[in-house]
Amino acid sequence: MSTAIHQTGFGSAALDIERIQRDFPILDQTIHGKKLVYLDSAATSQKPRAVIDAIVRYYEHDNANIHRGVHTLSVRATEAHDEARETVRRFIQAADANEIIFVRGATEAINLVAQTYGRANVGAGDEVLITAMEHHSNIVPWQILCEEKSAHLRVVPINDAGELELDAFEKLLSPRTRIVAAAHVSNALGTVNPLRKIIQLAHAHDVPVLVDGAQAIPHLPVDVQALGCDFYVFSGHKVYGPTGIGVLYGKEEILAEMPPYQGGGDMISSVTFEKTTYNVVPYKFEAGTPDIAGAIGLGAALEYVSKIGMDRIAAHEHDLLVYATEKVGALPGVRLIGTAKERAGVLSFVMEGVHPHDLGTILDREGIAIRTGHHCAQPVMDRFGIPATARASFAVYNTRQDVDALVEGMRKAHEVFA
Amino acid sequence: MTSELGELYQEVILEHSKAPRNFRRPVSANHEAEGYNPLCGDRCTVYIDMDGDAIKEIGFQGAGCAISRASASMMTQMVKGKTKAEAVKLFEQFHNLVTGKDEAAEAADLGKMAVFGGVSKFPARVKCATLAWHTLQSALEDEKKQEPVSTE
Repeated sequence: MSTAIHQTGFGSAALDIERIQRDFPILDQTIHGKKLVYLDSAATSQKPRAVIDAIVRYYEHDNANIHRGVHTLSVRATEAHDEARETVRRFIQAADANEIIFVRGATEAINLVAQTYGRANVGAGDEVLITAMEHHSNIVPWQILCEEKSAHLRVVPINDAGELELDAFEKLLSPRTRIVAAAHVSNALGTVNPLRKIIQLAHAHDVPVLVDGAQAIPHLPVDVQALGCDFYVFSGHKVYGPTGIGVLYGKEEILAEMPPYQGGGDMISSVTFEKTTYNVVPYKFEAGTPDIAGAIGLGAALEYVSKIGMDRIAAHEHDLLVYATEKVGALPGVRLIGTAKERAGVLSFVMEGVHPHDLGTILDREGIAIRTGHHCAQPVMDRFGIPATARASFAVYNTRQDVDALVEGMRKAHEVFA
Repeated sequence: MTSELGELYQEVILEHSKAPRNFRRPVSANHEAEGYNPLCGDRCTVYIDMDGDAIKEIGFQGAGCAISRASASMMTQMVKGKTKAEAVKLFEQFHNLVTGKDEAAEAADLGKMAVFGGVSKFPARVKCATLAWHTLQSALEDEKKQEPVSTE
């Protein structure tokens, strides 16, 4: 294998994948008569029994509104919600649980920062700096902000391998730059960005950095304090948790200064018709009854992966990605899209003579689920001069046999269209 | 191939997708529209030379999957020489065919395009088959559209 992919230094032999697969009830089924091979975890991961059970248990035994009542159920629900926040804190190594804000997902987290921190700190002529590999969710909220404030969106280019051009990044950092927003891992290319370097350069210019961790959180150990980022966002459903719940991490001193996002219950200390005093972080940003079951489910998911060990998961997925890169890359007419030295989680490719959509349909009949399309990253597609790619993505429950099935399915597709 | 897959990717569809007919912009074109499927990024532009109410010449360009290319290619062959009303009626019949609302009954009018009946077993692919037709409809209505017509 010539391409060095993200290294963790841990062996993966210790993981009992068959046993892990049994933790995911959905995997035990056939699609069109074939064993399901799920290679679309970058879109959303499957949920282990532990997560499903935690949600059912909550609704069957503890359901009540939080921070509202003195009755037993409300106390239990509040405690479980607080515990989930603490689990998230521990998982990303934040200094304080108050720095963890529950949101609907990475998308809402970025919108929250753009609409609060952004509106308070970005003015006419100022600049917001993003990268050419961002998901639409880390482009459009900044475009909306820039349009409102007559500010400029600047984009750091990527090279042909799909790696960030750090020299260009350094040059684009200007006295007008107010915030940098960059993916930890690209959802379309798998590129792992050199975050420490990015953050170090931005901080040297006193510019805060928001990291979109949606694609990194299931694959790599994350330590927000070691990274030094100002904001880190992710979605629960990409890391084996339920949909509808996500996390915004922010440094407490920055969060405390930010204006509120939405108004409503729970985000206030006192309300009169003349004046409202806002609650402290994180509650200031959590108006209304939150997705309590979602937070509890996310907590269960993070506990589940922590028990397996993020280092071991990273090593296992690294092994799969190396194997898949070699096998898929060796097929005739296949061009890999995204060949960065450091990659995680996804393998994007196009096949000569077979449109990704047709490939997706043929693979589906073999029971294999992959993503086809532009992956909500149209600028990335434009950069590589293609309308779409096929993307196989890996999770802890995937095996080399899954990759073999993919390769076999691709051979069949090639035969149909040859 | 499984039988359903075989029905989707019939030989005539594969053949048209590899060598699409009328894959060009006719020099005499006086109507055009761009179609876009935001879910997959497929694009299709339909050009028509309208002579009064009749489609005198038609062509298309764009990038898409086998189903969308073959559908566009065969559509141009089918509607050439037809009136606007006839083309719109054919679209209606084609739409019923690929969404499974129509069993062969009406498909007689569609001639060779009846091969797209297999699409009805693949709901995720209906928009691929109809992209060119939506674009045709838009091109028929306006001389030149400013915004691409979307499948969404």
